[in-house]
Amino acid sequence: MKKAFPILGIVTALLLSYALYLALVWAPTEKTMGDVQRIFYYHVPSAWTAFILFFVNFGASVYYLIKRCQTADIVALVAAEVGVVFCTVVLVTGPIWARPVWGIWWTWDMRLTSTLVLWLIYVSYLFLRRFSSSGETPVLAAALAVLGALCVPFVYFSIWFFRTQHPQPVMGGGGSIDPRMLHVLLINWLAFSCFAFLVCWSRFRLEKLQRDVDEAHAMESLRDTQGSRK
Amino acid sequence: MTAPTGITRFTLLKDLRLEWRSKDAINSMLFFSLLVVVVFSFSFDPTAEESRQIAGGLVWVAFLFAAVVALNQTWARELRNQVLDAYRVSPAPANSLFVAKVLGNFIFVSVLEALMTPLFIAFYRLRALGPAWQLLLVAALGTWALVVNGTFFAAMSLRTRSREIMLPLLLFPIAIPALLAMVQATASILTGETSARFWLVLLATYDLVFTTVCLLLFETVLNAE
Repeated sequence: MKKAFPILGIVTALLLSYALYLALVWAPTEKTMGDVQRIFYYHVPSAWTAFILFFVNFGASVYYLIKRCQTADIVALVAAEVGVVFCTVVLVTGPIWARPVWGIWWTWDMRLTSTLVLWLIYVSYLFLRRFSSSGETPVLAAALAVLGALCVPFVYFSIWFFRTQHPQPVMGGGGSIDPRMLHVLLINWLAFSCFAFLVCWSRFRLEKLQRDVDEAHAMESLRDTQGSRK
Repeated sequence: MTAPTGITRFTLLKDLRLEWRSKDAINSMLFFSLLVVVVFSFSFDPTAEESRQIAGGLVWVAFLFAAVVALNQTWARELRNQVLDAYRVSPAPANSLFVAKVLGNFIFVSVLEALMTPLFIAFYRLRALGPAWQLLLVAALGTWALVVNGTFFAAMSLRTRSREIMLPLLLFPIAIPALLAMVQATASILTGETSARFWLVLLATYDLVFTTVCLLLFETVLNAE
């Protein structure tokens, strides 16, 4: 297990470098947007990775509520943290892309608004994690994660209808994609997923270690109190 | 042993009686929404025809902030004298307490809305160009959405640091679909341009789903420690 981490680290580094080369050099230049379009290879895989991580958070939270297993709680925490980071990347690369292409930093179109609300829901989850007293955090956070995840379809549905009533320019374009671009997109997604997994694994180990240390301290002070009473 | 509905009714009546005697929540809520209305009116001309579009949003934002005031003090009363702990220890089902709290908050916020609406109509010269009766439906469904989630999150925030700010931080993101629906439905009815049907159905579905989930999870949250 200990060997796997550095090996995965090297593989991820290689994959990310290759993906970077593909995105910035090999991929064909888009005909209307030019080179700015290359940010697409970071914007979209980040979004997909964030969605997957939020889904993992939901699954781990449900599992925690049923089984009360500490590992599930740590997985939920880690998935939410890394998911929020990737979601932030989406929300930052979106405007960076939009500005040269559409001339505006932000628009309340369906995709951006939904992503923003998703980000808000999971940031509020992280706030609860930080502010609640440690005894009850796992249960409360799991309950919030379930509510947040259930809210997501409502968010998409309501904003979709809102935007069909009040249309705005859609960012990111639609339609068919050049197969070479698809290839670069998928390679980038693979690289991002490996990177996300690596970060999650590292954070998981850190959190587990922190909890073990806290528990050891607690046990020690309990023993000391008992010992001094005798 | 008293039936769950008996407990709900008993707790609800207790809360209503306490509130009637002190009138803490309703007074602070009323004054706060009035202040919000006045401050908003500085940022645009509230009587212009275009205001009809924005009025829906403003009204609901004012009610949302006022509802947060009510929700914050929902459980605070129970913490004093360890009432909540006594409740946890008793065989009474946690859901009865939750339903009683939600109903109590619903009544408080509805009273607030009933009192504030004439004021809004006067200040902003509002007139519904669409079917006005639908506004009652929007108010009922929308208030329920805010109150059911708000009561749940207020219970969650009980033992957190910065309890008062925790409630809006948790409530607002999750309430966004309901808020959007309320605001858009109100705007559709006031302007009479589009049908509010989709938004009403969305609100009803939202209410159903979140009431069910909150009822399922409340006992877990109450006994979290």
